[in-house]
Amino acid sequence: MAVEQSNFDPVARGRGDPVEMPTLACGAMVGSKPYVASPVHQQALGFPGELVEDWQEKAIARLGQLLKESRALRVYLDACVRCGACTDKCHYFLGTGDPNNMPVARQNLLRKVYRRYFTLSGRLFPWLVGAQDLTKDVLDEWYSYFHQCSQCRRCSVFCPYGIDTAEISMAARDIMDSIGLGQKYSNEIIGKVFSVGNNLGLNPKALKATLAGLEDDIEEDTGLPVRLPLDEKGADILLVTPSADFFASPHMEGLIGYAKVLHQSGISWTLSTQASEAANFGMFVGSQEAMQKIALRIRKAAQDLGVKRIVFGECGHAWRVAYSFLDTLAGPFDFLDRNYPVPQHICEFTYDLIEKGQLRFDKSKNDEVRLTFHDSCNVARGSGMGGMPGGQFEIPRAILRAVCNHFFDMAPETIRESTLCCGGGGGLLTDELMDVRLKGAMPRMRALRDVADEHGVTHMAAICAICKAQFSKVLPRYGFEMDSIVSVHQMVSNALVLTGSRQEAELDGKGDAALAEA
Amino acid sequence: MLTAVVAVMLYAAGLVMMAGLGYRVWLYARTPAPLKIPTMPAPMTQRGVVMRMFSEVVFFRSLFKGNKWIWLFGWVFHLALALVLMRHLRYFLQPVPEIVVLIQPLGVLAGLAMVAALAALWARRFLVARIRYISGPSDHLMLALLLAIGASGFGMKFIAPTDIVAVKAFFLGLIYFDWQPLPADPALLIHLALVALLMFVFPFSKLLHAPGVFFSPTRNQVDDSRERRHVPPVRLETVPR
Repeated sequence: MAVEQSNFDPVARGRGDPVEMPTLACGAMVGSKPYVASPVHQQALGFPGELVEDWQEKAIARLGQLLKESRALRVYLDACVRCGACTDKCHYFLGTGDPNNMPVARQNLLRKVYRRYFTLSGRLFPWLVGAQDLTKDVLDEWYSYFHQCSQCRRCSVFCPYGIDTAEISMAARDIMDSIGLGQKYSNEIIGKVFSVGNNLGLNPKALKATLAGLEDDIEEDTGLPVRLPLDEKGADILLVTPSADFFASPHMEGLIGYAKVLHQSGISWTLSTQASEAANFGMFVGSQEAMQKIALRIRKAAQDLGVKRIVFGECGHAWRVAYSFLDTLAGPFDFLDRNYPVPQHICEFTYDLIEKGQLRFDKSKNDEVRLTFHDSCNVARGSGMGGMPGGQFEIPRAILRAVCNHFFDMAPETIRESTLCCGGGGGLLTDELMDVRLKGAMPRMRALRDVADEHGVTHMAAICAICKAQFSKVLPRYGFEMDSIVSVHQMVSNALVLTGSRQEAELDGKGDAALAEA
Repeated sequence: MLTAVVAVMLYAAGLVMMAGLGYRVWLYARTPAPLKIPTMPAPMTQRGVVMRMFSEVVFFRSLFKGNKWIWLFGWVFHLALALVLMRHLRYFLQPVPEIVVLIQPLGVLAGLAMVAALAALWARRFLVARIRYISGPSDHLMLALLLAIGASGFGMKFIAPTDIVAVKAFFLGLIYFDWQPLPADPALLIHLALVALLMFVFPFSKLLHAPGVFFSPTRNQVDDSRERRHVPPVRLETVPR
């Protein structure tokens, strides 16, 4: 496995044009492969334990099946004209220079097999249309390069036909799973969600203890008994959040932020052990079956607890599944209160309260922070917020501006719908892929370096658990502080002045003192 | 004899193109789109989707965002091709519609622009390393074919004019199944043979981008998944592994 073998120097490469064209380095990343899933992890998901005897035949049959089930796959395998508009859009290509990381070339790895077995031209004249037999070499290429795609969909923004490489890489991963060649990281995690309820395998007892600890921390800070309820029947809101929020940093600081906002709103809420995970890695491996099973847990938890609303915490791909797929996979949600969007994002919830003037902030609490915002790809290009096109860009920024005096956006070609992936999405957030993660982060790191130099930006906020985890790892390698990645609701938490809190007394006391002076 | 050969060739080419495209469109239309995957931000109404698709098909909006040079050459080529095709309607319609008469002078200019844009698109496939990397034989041959069609057309216009009155009689004869003799000019025969070849390969080649774009879920879906439940026409995972 190619772990940290290259002589890539992040500090030296971390400055420059974020979308600078690399020189082609053929085969540079062919050795980057994730660990293969063990038979135990495979079988837990209903996949063959290891590469099956007649894998070639099975893979082609599976591709044929997917072609029947997905219009996107069928159209996208036909429509590409090799115009080249996508060639310089993938962060992994920008970071590695490996031409197989150009979206069109990545797609061609599957397209050449499709051509060979499913099109007349490819059957008759394979050399003419670049059709190729599915050999072991091709399968090896698939395993390398379809695990160097974070399914961020940046390429699809610029494609004249909207060809979405994520759909292609999901299909390829589905085919590989179906012949027994799964990826350990994703499949092991999906297994944990099935057996324990969350990606981390955190059991209810541990979860309860963690939440109690956080309650203590908040009380110590604010003097208020802000609660983090678990499995409380009859609560109004079920909060579904990535399990990283229960233990990692800066995720946990974000969770504290949600708890404070929910407390201030006065609306009762609860977490659920059954649905103690917002993430849905079923999407990464392209398995609608797994995705649906994971989504149905959330429906079940909502029904069991009798809640009226479902709110999602800060998690990128979870929000895509929630916003775009949840109703299809696990709906209809006619048992919920339809006066609220189903589901709702915690940013929408907080933003609504800000708009109604129900949240009071002391922005000076964030004065040592000069902030920028990283649009997470699945939120930016796979979902929406606020019931308006582009709400997913405006709402988090509006929240950050409401809680922080110093906010600066990164270069326009690196944010909003053109945002660059953190480098760790789509099931790549695993140690053995650190080399490609580090290189894939380069364009974002350069954009951050630019605003750090120009505006003195010290921190970058995100609303995705994977982005936060990935940046915690790669920021130090690029010469930034590890804790310069923050949660949006961490910034909210810093500035939020809860009614009856120590902060409120302090602030109003200060006000009195100032008055007296006058 | 020649007339019969060309007539049969053109009928066959037309048939293959229509049947092939029809089959492809039928396949695209009946394949379910199980999930909502519009590339966001996306329109929230059906009307908005029509506008989005219009801007994609007429102005190549996404390509414009992606790469200005490819957009320029690609858009000029398609626009010019559209004008050239419209100009050619005068060989198929009697009487010739007003609009077709009006664009006659534009047609020649458009032809030149088309050839120039094709040459530029082809040059990219040699000169830009990453475009060279993704270009296969069929990509080169398609450009060569289109260029040869343009060149043989100009051959008739400027070097060896053919009897266009007879050509028109031939095509009207094709349409009304009353064959008229076709002039035996080499440029004309080459031009028609290449056009027939293009029609033959259309449904088996990357030219499928033309119907494909209308079926692209990232472009033709409405962003309304929270307002309206998207139910695919077939059950997810219809057949077990």
